[in-house]
Amino acid sequence: MSLTQMTTNSESNPSEPRSTVRALDVPLPSAPVTTGPAMADLPPSPVRQFLSSRGSGKIADQAFAGLMLTCALSIFAIVIFIATILVLRSKLSLHAFGFKFFTSQAWDPVSGDFGALPFIYGTLATSFLALLMAVPLALGVAVFLTELCPKMLRAPISFLTELLAAIPSVVYGLWAVFVLVPMMRDSLGPFLVKTLGWTGFFEGANFGVGLLTASIILAIMILPIISSLTRDIMNAVPNSQREAVLALGATRWEMIRVGVLRNSRIGIVGAVMLGLGRALGETMAVTMVIGNHAEINKSLFAPGYTLASVIANEFSEATGDVYLSALIEIGLALFLVTIVVNTIARLLVWAVTRGAPARVA
Amino acid sequence: MKLNVIAAGLLALTASAGIAQNINGAGATFPNPIYSRWFSEYNKLHPEVKINYQPIGSGGGIRQVSEGTVDFGATDGPMNDQQIADSKIKTIHIPTVLGAVVPVFNIPGNTKDLNFSSEVIADIYLGKISKWNDPRIAKDNPGVQFPDKAILPVYRSDGSGTTYIFTDFLSKVSSDFQGRIGKGTSVKWPTGIGQKGNEGVAGMVRQSPYSFGYVELIYARANNMQFGAVKNKAGKFLKATTDGVTAAAAAAAKSMPKDYRVSITNADGPDSYPISSFTWLLIPVQSADPAKGKALQGFLEWMITTGEGEASSMTYAPLPKQVQEMVKLTIKTVK
Repeated sequence: MSLTQMTTNSESNPSEPRSTVRALDVPLPSAPVTTGPAMADLPPSPVRQFLSSRGSGKIADQAFAGLMLTCALSIFAIVIFIATILVLRSKLSLHAFGFKFFTSQAWDPVSGDFGALPFIYGTLATSFLALLMAVPLALGVAVFLTELCPKMLRAPISFLTELLAAIPSVVYGLWAVFVLVPMMRDSLGPFLVKTLGWTGFFEGANFGVGLLTASIILAIMILPIISSLTRDIMNAVPNSQREAVLALGATRWEMIRVGVLRNSRIGIVGAVMLGLGRALGETMAVTMVIGNHAEINKSLFAPGYTLASVIANEFSEATGDVYLSALIEIGLALFLVTIVVNTIARLLVWAVTRGAPARVA
Repeated sequence: MKLNVIAAGLLALTASAGIAQNINGAGATFPNPIYSRWFSEYNKLHPEVKINYQPIGSGGGIRQVSEGTVDFGATDGPMNDQQIADSKIKTIHIPTVLGAVVPVFNIPGNTKDLNFSSEVIADIYLGKISKWNDPRIAKDNPGVQFPDKAILPVYRSDGSGTTYIFTDFLSKVSSDFQGRIGKGTSVKWPTGIGQKGNEGVAGMVRQSPYSFGYVELIYARANNMQFGAVKNKAGKFLKATTDGVTAAAAAAAKSMPKDYRVSITNADGPDSYPISSFTWLLIPVQSADPAKGKALQGFLEWMITTGEGEASSMTYAPLPKQVQEMVKLTIKTVK
């Protein structure tokens, strides 16, 4: 039976009431009940016949399931493959330094003494500072776009946010070198010393490059990712939720807090995680403004170094097997840091949302 | 492995048939502009020889030629004894051109050229001289008023031959520098900030008041940057020129070892610019494919005569005559 026959067949009975389906020789294709036990004796529906004529559905189904499973498993395979290669290639340095590699502050290619702590510190410090700056701003952008924005402004702001996400990181780096660094040196830095100098985070010489500058450029880079994802998540909150909260006499802010933010918090955490992922691994823009000095310093004006930057900087000219191996172990450290940070975040989400439905607080 | 054998077989076949000979090389980035020009010009003269060069860095060049994955390598710093011992393919160093490193600085309001003695440069990077009005800087620059401002030392954050030459020089002139930092393509700088590439260091110095950095001579010249004069071993302050660099190599030529692995920083002679160095090609003593060895030899012979003549026009310092003669003899041994 061909497709055209099938469709004419089904179209010939459009006016048949549903209750008569049982009595018909040719049941309507729209009736899934035909698979019930009561229908066992009846001949298969034309749709079933048509599908069967094109090949065995069972084999196709299983093949499809198998294919999808392979796709899903490939993720595991890729992760395991990366981890194995990293461990194998960093064997020399794993043997030479052991666990001390992750706690030592030395990074001296000349004497062959390597430790990853300053880089781990730089990576975590810049990423968290970036989140601290970007998340509130991104949430603000998303809330404004979904709840408060006049229709006319919505499209241009959304478009610009997505445009920001598409700018290559080296362009951000160049902009930072020519605009952000002088600004930090001449106006923003002195202002911070005057107002927040007592905290001890803004001490020492300020040359414009350093942890804070790198954090700011990272914040700008992850802002569009977090805000556009958060906006999509908030858009997905059904309007009935908003109307329900408003109907209970909530103000607009209460509606956003209870009806929108509370319902989308898991999605928001996911968006923040994606932003954090980009911040942890960002290389080019950070290298251009962080100062590339392997040292742990409390002052945010001080130059720092990140895991990704040191690999990018030193890999091509690394001479000596231990040196090369230590650089690959830096890659392993970055891999582990990403896994640990993501795990902690997942646990946090789980702890906060466990068994707690959205409720009016 | 098997693929390699097949590829080698195929190459041998094409060579014996007299068709194009593809030679692959990789290594230092500093001489890349002149190498590219040499290889394309040689290809015009000898269409059957096509040389591909990938500027992946000296470290990568040494590794790949030692493993035999490329037909020749190139490096800004000579291979050390350990690397030579570990290398699967035995290679010889062939010096090609010379490079130099110059100090750059930014003191707002200053338009005069400045003099730096070698110990002063070492102590700036060690953090021992931290202010521009330090009496030791003033002593070398009579008549210049220096501000009471902190010096910001800027260094290369990426591993580079430039850093190797610079730290090699500073290690020679300051025992403290040698003990605390040493020489290498990347070193542990006790102070200052790192920037990627010549352009990174130059850009940082240009826009940061009171900073001090070092860049490749060719880069400084191409961008019309103001740079300082450095005191050489004979006690004379010299601004880097290609002639000064070649003079340094000529001074070292008298005691040139057979394998050319020699450092010419802080060379003798009143006209020798002190922060200079050779850059080398790493050529297998015996190529796996004799036809390739023959083609490489042909190129080297052309390079040492015609090629060297073009170096100065690209602001590279050519080898001094004595060294060219020595290299000609060495090239004859390539198989």
